[in-house]
Amino acid sequence: MSRRWALALTIVIGIAIAVAFVMDQTKTVSVLNFSLRYAVPLILAAMVGIICERTGVINIGIEGQMLMSAFAGFFGAALSGSMLLGVLFGVGTGMLMGAFLATGAVTWKMDQIIAGTVINIVAVGLTSFFYAQGKVLPDIFPTFAVPGLSSVPLVGPVLFDNNFFTYGALIIVVLLQVLLFRTRWGLRTRAVGEKPSAADTSGIAVQRMRFMNVTIAGALAGLAGAYLSLEAAGTFERGFTAGRGFTALAIMIFGAWNPIGALGAAFFFGLAEGVASQLQADEVVAIPQQFINMLPYVLTIVLLAIVSGRVKPPAAVGRPYEKD
Amino acid sequence: MSADAAQTDLGISGPDPRRELRTRAQAVIVPLVSVLIAFAIGGILIWLQGVNPLVAYKVLFTAALGNEQGLTRVMEKSTPLILTGLAVVVGLRAGLFNIGAQGQLLVAAIGAAWAGYAFQLPAIIHLPFALVFGMLCGAAWASIAGVLRAYRSVSEVITTIMLNAIAIALVDYLASEPLKEADQPLTRTPAIQSTAALPDLGIIPMGFVIALAVAILLGWFLSRTTGGFRFNTVGLNPNAARYAGISVRGTIVLAMAVSGALAGLGGAIETVGITGRFEPAFNAGLGFDGITIALLARANPIATIPAAILVGILRTGAASLQFETGIQPEVVDVILALTLLMVAAPIVGRLLFRNRALKATRVTSGWGS
Repeated sequence: MSRRWALALTIVIGIAIAVAFVMDQTKTVSVLNFSLRYAVPLILAAMVGIICERTGVINIGIEGQMLMSAFAGFFGAALSGSMLLGVLFGVGTGMLMGAFLATGAVTWKMDQIIAGTVINIVAVGLTSFFYAQGKVLPDIFPTFAVPGLSSVPLVGPVLFDNNFFTYGALIIVVLLQVLLFRTRWGLRTRAVGEKPSAADTSGIAVQRMRFMNVTIAGALAGLAGAYLSLEAAGTFERGFTAGRGFTALAIMIFGAWNPIGALGAAFFFGLAEGVASQLQADEVVAIPQQFINMLPYVLTIVLLAIVSGRVKPPAAVGRPYEKD
Repeated sequence: MSADAAQTDLGISGPDPRRELRTRAQAVIVPLVSVLIAFAIGGILIWLQGVNPLVAYKVLFTAALGNEQGLTRVMEKSTPLILTGLAVVVGLRAGLFNIGAQGQLLVAAIGAAWAGYAFQLPAIIHLPFALVFGMLCGAAWASIAGVLRAYRSVSEVITTIMLNAIAIALVDYLASEPLKEADQPLTRTPAIQSTAALPDLGIIPMGFVIALAVAILLGWFLSRTTGGFRFNTVGLNPNAARYAGISVRGTIVLAMAVSGALAGLGGAIETVGITGRFEPAFNAGLGFDGITIALLARANPIATIPAAILVGILRTGAASLQFETGIQPEVVDVILALTLLMVAAPIVGRLLFRNRALKATRVTSGWGS
């Protein structure tokens, strides 16, 4: 999306939130809280997509990476009795799944979309087979209110009274934005994703760079998965990532492969979902539940249709690097 | 990618007869070895759960192939699998990755149910009408993704998976509100008229025969007709296709519609041949089997038949596996996923054939731009 449109949209939504806040404070805060909670895994998963594609690798397997990590996180925490260990299990599994994709898509030069799809299918198979009922988490994550800032009206309770996943996701977005556009790693990553042959000529190890980045991105998918099972749902069900990995790819595209842009797009998704749920709960509109469930998916398609063609993916994305 | 290299990608062999033979041999041996390895790993998983894997596999195959009911079940299960496999095959040939066969199948299944119960027609018209209407529903559903891909360059991989989720919610809504059978609590449509029901030929379900015929017809279409040539050309090299005067956009839309119609036929047959009405829960687990089948068959329509029957056998036997040995039926999902991994990744091929191994199937193109 062009910057002008993004700015206009942000202003319109900002005004709408302000008006809503004046009309009903508690409800606005609760909708915004919901939106942010809904957005956190999408934000993290979109960062996975951005790191991978900026380096030239399509990651259609985010969904499966998240599913495996959600599984490992939940059962890791339930069996070890430690939430922290659960997170570590989730992140570790995510990295392993990242390395799995890197092996297929980078080392073996498989078709990247097929490699990702294989990950999704393997993840569904393994998690459904090893799934066991009746496990519960030992604890819940504490929330942490930032002193001072959390008492600011509207912004405080929404942004500055959260658990570490939410803070972590926001910090990662800013960090990634800086890393991608202001550091040597970022320049090299983008070079490898745009023109690998030129990057290679200037002495960058293209294959190693891709392998490393895809694996590191997997750790973020692991964090997103751990968030889903350990924090958002507090449980694990078969196939419960419910397409979020794909929505995240759409969010990455709306954000024009920029971390901050993707953050905005993810929050927009959360907001749409939050507002729709609230409208239904208040019986303002009589929408059947099924249509509420459809909303994120319909929104993904509609926004993709609008945005596609207006944003440019990294030039070398999807193509395995062959030395001439 | 050069046209020559690309040809081997889809298992279409060049003029050299020795190479052709090698290609064919590999196209059979690699999937077979992959399946065997997957079974071996699945056996280890079963063994880890304290059950003798040989006993478990015997139970699985006996339940599927040991008696007439089992065989009929296998053929019933294989029918939508052949057709969703073919749906993925058609897409792959035209350079599209349709991972939304499940959604297309669902909208077609409920469409066929409506066509089957809402009309009073003679059987000779009613049955074809229900099948064709279902196919049209599937084609229309897939066309959303096809049109977006052709005219807006939106990746069909994302749209078809999103359309899956939308279809699940949509058919659930339709079966619980407007098309719901009156005066009973279940979420389902009324039963279809007897004039729309698909008969059986002894122990062979008619739908299975239709699926076999469609597979052969599609094989002929893709390898022997101008239309099929267009699909292959667009899939192999859209630029060359454009220079040759083929409408790339038109072909993409058409290929996606055909793909959706094939998956739709699977859903329609399920409705008029087996369930006799639409119930949302009835084939929730179909998921990604079509992809596994298509890649196992190296995008060859005829090879889709044995691949789908293998999956059908596993799915049929899975229930008995749990009943008789306590092993979770999801072990079948693991075996299929491992099979897919082995045929999609160049592991087995390179192990057996070194640098003569066939190139893997490719679909990556037109990504989000």
